[in-house]
Amino acid sequence: MENDQDNIINDVTSGEYKYGFYTDIETEKIPPGLNEDIIRLISGKKGEPDWLLEFRLKSFRHWQTMKMPSWAHLSIPPIDFQKIIYYAAPKQKPAVASLDDIDPELKRTFDRLGIPLEEQKHLSGVAVDAVMDSISVKTTFRETLAELGIIFCSFSEAVKEYPELVKRYMGTVVPYTDNFFATLNSAVFSDGSFCYIPKGVRCPMELSTYFRINAANTGQFERTLLVADEDSYVSYLEGCTAPMRDENQLHAAIVEIIAETNAEVKYSTVQNWYPGDKDGKGGIFNFVTKRGMCRGENSRISWTQVETGSAITWKYPSCILRGNNSSGEFYSVAVTNNHQQADTGTKMIHIGKNTRSRIVSKGISAGQSQNSYRGLVKVLRNATNSRNFSQCDSLLLGSRCGAHTFPYIEVDNQSSIVEHEATTSKIGEDQIFYCNQRGISTEDAIALIVNGYVREVINKLPMEFAVEAQKLLQISLEGSVG
Amino acid sequence: MLSIKNLKAAINGKTILKGISLEVRPGEIHAIMGPNGSGKSTLAAILAGRDFVSVTEGTVMFSGRNLLDMSPEERSREGIFLGFQYPIEIPGVSMVNFMKTAVNEHRKHRGQDPLSASDFLKLMREKKELVEIDSALANRSVNEGFSGGEKKKNEIFQMAMLEPRLAILDETDSGLDIDALRIVANGVNKLKKPDNSTIVITHYQRLLDYIVPDVVHVLYDGRIVRSSGKELALELEEKGYDWIKKEVENQE
Repeated sequence: MENDQDNIINDVTSGEYKYGFYTDIETEKIPPGLNEDIIRLISGKKGEPDWLLEFRLKSFRHWQTMKMPSWAHLSIPPIDFQKIIYYAAPKQKPAVASLDDIDPELKRTFDRLGIPLEEQKHLSGVAVDAVMDSISVKTTFRETLAELGIIFCSFSEAVKEYPELVKRYMGTVVPYTDNFFATLNSAVFSDGSFCYIPKGVRCPMELSTYFRINAANTGQFERTLLVADEDSYVSYLEGCTAPMRDENQLHAAIVEIIAETNAEVKYSTVQNWYPGDKDGKGGIFNFVTKRGMCRGENSRISWTQVETGSAITWKYPSCILRGNNSSGEFYSVAVTNNHQQADTGTKMIHIGKNTRSRIVSKGISAGQSQNSYRGLVKVLRNATNSRNFSQCDSLLLGSRCGAHTFPYIEVDNQSSIVEHEATTSKIGEDQIFYCNQRGISTEDAIALIVNGYVREVINKLPMEFAVEAQKLLQISLEGSVG
Repeated sequence: MLSIKNLKAAINGKTILKGISLEVRPGEIHAIMGPNGSGKSTLAAILAGRDFVSVTEGTVMFSGRNLLDMSPEERSREGIFLGFQYPIEIPGVSMVNFMKTAVNEHRKHRGQDPLSASDFLKLMREKKELVEIDSALANRSVNEGFSGGEKKKNEIFQMAMLEPRLAILDETDSGLDIDALRIVANGVNKLKKPDNSTIVITHYQRLLDYIVPDVVHVLYDGRIVRSSGKELALELEEKGYDWIKKEVENQE
């Protein structure tokens, strides 16, 4: 019976990765390797000011004193950082004035990914910053947003056009010394998105960044900085895909969010990096540092993530609740299949008084994958009357996968309340048969059960993306249960 | 409608059914009775297509088609309904969603368009009234946290929604108090049509006070040892199963 169950799981989980194509486009690459000259070269290519080059060099020197962390429940093959290419850019005219200047091949690539770069083609107002390999290809709706004073552009442009803002906020949430991968990113980051919402402005459309790795043997190191000034609101979405390749590729990004007094930021991720093939060959190593700082009173930051891709995922979108009455949320669905590994979760650091946090994590493991939730809830002494609620559920499909939960709770005062609930369940053969007997096929039964299980999280996503995410889950688990 | 010939079956190499033959014609209600371990639930499992039972000999035809070649979902769509002895809980899946998926799969099978949301809810309301099921149940997850009686009523509700040609009720009466028993039985009677058939599997006679069978079969040690009219059930109630066991042993 176990065998049958596993067979069914195999069938359901063997869905093909849809975004595995490669775009044959002329790419400018620098030689592989990592040293100060390479960093100077990257900085030079981007025409950066001296202060930024100094930041990079400082980070690199610090990185050389660090070791790759080994505490995660992951088995990571050794990575040779000297074999990675740290800068690759599709060749195009230096300043893209209009859409006509973008290489048609690039446009086609993003069309195939469902990310049209033509503004009029876009569904319901969503502004996109499209990033391929190391550079931003095009940011849509910039002018519309600018009328409201909203700045939405690539990180490189922000450095040139708004250096004061970048200087003021960059590295304040994730310092260059933070961790091995964040420090590496601080040394070699190429592009990413920058967003500033001025005081009192409610951003009228979803902002999003779409990351695409295309070139071989390269790493992607983007950096996103999101600043919501007092009384502002923004909802932000990030998506990502990569070609299918036998080698692993490294993606080590940083996302920093700052929410000032009364500001609210919703950050959603649909992560669909290439997960490797059925035998665990290839795929993206996704080692990402994402952190938000609720600086002002009553500020709110909410992370929602649907993680279906990557060979290895290592990420903990976190909130530092500094302002009094601020709140942080983390909603996560992490799916692992075949040989994928995920060690993901969040950190909620309560510093201000009356701060609240809520964690809802739903792990789904299939195949021979390993799926871990790791979360820290830390309530400092002065964070009186703070509250946290955590719920960590795991769903197992089949008998060869693993689900693990590592909750860490530290509370330093008497007036705060921290709650933690956890469940582990398995889609049973009996449940599938019950559905079958009512005329529902095994595949539909799994979709029905999985959708019911993740509903609470999916509902947090903006409408269009919720539909996408649901489809993605189905593809990720295609062919997989028992 | 259903024609079983010389059916033999085993679970993990152990023979459970030792040659069963049974004819169920449209409109008939058959009761299958017998002591524990006689093979009643195994028979139900085979008809529904559970894969832990292996058929070693014999044939099962359903409306002229080989039932044993069909997948469980195909059997359902062709009109076979199993009322589970122990209905399964599916947390996170609402009854509405579950039933909507099931009903629309059945419709697709018959070449019909899926029901609109409003038509579907209307259908649910009608059927809920028919089987006297609590409205709130439909908003909960499938069988999750239901009492034993609620689970059984929910089986009859699903049967009402799917309108099967052949319903197999596996010990639907077990664990029911007398009121719940009456509701379940009334539901079955109301759903009775001239062209659909029912197989009621039960250990006790009392359900048959409410659902009157055309034929009663006694299953013992993997064989049907006696088939007769409804009075056989009363005889069993009075004398227990021992006299049947003795008779069988004497014949051997």
